[in-house]
Amino acid sequence: MDAVTKITARTAVLPLDDIDTDQIIPARYLTTTVREGLGQHLFTDWRYNADGSEVADFILNQPESGGATILVAGRNFGCGSSREHAPWALLDYGFQVVISTEIADIFFHNSLKNGFIPVIVNDEIHRWLLDHPGVEVCVDIDTLALTIPEHEPIPFNIDRFARYCLLNGVDQLGFLREHNDAIDAYETRTR
Amino acid sequence: MRSLFEKVWDQHVVVAETDETPAILYIDLHLVHEVTSPQAFNLLREVGLPVRRPEQTLATMDHSTPTTPVSSLADLAVVSDTPATRQLVQMEKNCNDFGIKLRGFSSPERGIVHIIGPELGATQPGRTIVCGDSHTSTHGAFGALAFGIGTTEVGHVLATQCMLQRRPKTFAVNLEGSLSAGVTAKDIVLSVIGKTGVDGGTAHAIEYRGSAVGALSMEQRMTICNMAIEGGARAGMFAPDDTTYEYLAGRQYAPSGADWDRALAEWRQLPSDPDARFDKQVTLDVTTMTPMVTFGTNPGMVISIDDPIPSPAGNDKAFAKALNYMQLESGKPLSGTPVDVVFLGSCTNSRLSDLQDAAGLLDGRRIAANVRMLVVPGSQQIKVDAEARGLDEIFKAAGAEWREPGCSMCLAMNGDSVPTGKLAVSTSNRNFEGRQGPGARTVLASPLTAAASALTGTVSDPRQFLD
Repeated sequence: MDAVTKITARTAVLPLDDIDTDQIIPARYLTTTVREGLGQHLFTDWRYNADGSEVADFILNQPESGGATILVAGRNFGCGSSREHAPWALLDYGFQVVISTEIADIFFHNSLKNGFIPVIVNDEIHRWLLDHPGVEVCVDIDTLALTIPEHEPIPFNIDRFARYCLLNGVDQLGFLREHNDAIDAYETRTR
Repeated sequence: MRSLFEKVWDQHVVVAETDETPAILYIDLHLVHEVTSPQAFNLLREVGLPVRRPEQTLATMDHSTPTTPVSSLADLAVVSDTPATRQLVQMEKNCNDFGIKLRGFSSPERGIVHIIGPELGATQPGRTIVCGDSHTSTHGAFGALAFGIGTTEVGHVLATQCMLQRRPKTFAVNLEGSLSAGVTAKDIVLSVIGKTGVDGGTAHAIEYRGSAVGALSMEQRMTICNMAIEGGARAGMFAPDDTTYEYLAGRQYAPSGADWDRALAEWRQLPSDPDARFDKQVTLDVTTMTPMVTFGTNPGMVISIDDPIPSPAGNDKAFAKALNYMQLESGKPLSGTPVDVVFLGSCTNSRLSDLQDAAGLLDGRRIAANVRMLVVPGSQQIKVDAEARGLDEIFKAAGAEWREPGCSMCLAMNGDSVPTGKLAVSTSNRNFEGRQGPGARTVLASPLTAAASALTGTVSDPRQFLD
């Protein structure tokens, strides 16, 4: 994973609550054996009609979403399946961050392991972001501050270990393997 | 004084959690299937690592597999060269290369991963169990701590038999009373999700407890734990009891002889202490529960079959979008809505008792002419058991299709799908938009409600068919 320190970009807004990972990437695209190339199928059933034409009024198909790499989504984003293909698809499409009031557990942790940043904000900030699509936002992982127009910097939280890994591009498997002796000892003790 | 969850967690901590780092948690059993593992095996190859404990890794193929008869993967590879087939071929190669026993096409032990773990006796009280699949929560029915993980974590567990975890909070779901006729475990869990919401369990591990749980069979407990994730909780658990031990005794991977006695003594220590504390609680009376059906596009959008479809609270865009997708209207009953497809299957409801429930209603009757009904047993073993009892003949005589085991129409990865715009009553776990095929409309229900709906051709209350 590459190190991630600070992301400054415009937002695209998907205001619906409970957007599940089947919407982010439908199961029929999970037959792949690699991580790459899933962005073309991101939100595919919302982006495209059955005949392959674009759904004109879907936000990601509108010109103002071009270059927006921060997604502002309704509450409980990423619920449902554990498929890591969901953050892979978001990253491959170009998104770097999702901001919501609540993000589902498995998706949240899968995201952090891939350098896709889940940011939880309170209802008031969330409402403001939903009402102001396309604003420029800065997500600073070093200072854990979210900067949005017309507001003082807003603190947000990322688990300290996950933050360390993001800032330093640390591979968590390497960290686990450093504890090989402890794992050996555990197995000896419990067998 | 500790809860069941805390006891299992504490026993598996290799390195304790600090402010700086999560706990390193030891995993007793790793379940692996073809969809969420290929990239993890790729990683092992890249870094040159073996699988640390192949004997603690249970592998099968279930998501991408056809439910029409296929005797071997070689046959399938000849007849089709789809991405799904290539994924299955890759799974076989990965298991061969890394020394993992695969329950493949020719194995009598093949089936949905969450069905075969318990069936083989690999799912045991007090164990930590993970899988790259959110419905891993199923195994909590045995008093195991079981939860779904992502593919990166699948790689971690393959390589180290451990994963990095922060301890979740605990959530007691108290189930009181006893079930009425025609009401099932599926109706309990749908009622719980209706009450707590699809995010009520986020960041929590659930323990289902209370006066109702002792009477529940292992199969019923598995159905309830299976859908813990639909309420946002990664794990759901029941304390082990005599029902658990009777289920396990004599199974392939269950301990035997003196080992069994030792295990039993340990398992009996697992239930939550009387004064165990939970971070949150909710209580539901199961006595008053009725058959439940979903009307929207997540499992929390659920009503009693007796009730009309509710109205959105305020300007709820997701609610309005869901009703529009489902082609349903607030204030109208869901009962009586025409049904095109009935799916009896999935890791939620494809066990022998589920098939028996449905067959009991279908015996001597014919499903409606306009309905296609697909019956997909959860495993090869369930298929054999059902056929020995003549259930396949009942289903076929009623006009249903009797298939090979797999995940099938639950997520429509294998070609079994609901056509666009058609309405399916499904015993699976997710009614998300497009889950059963692009544009498919899903009503989640119990096997009894599914069978009743197949008979009438409309969403129907099964209690009308009970004596």
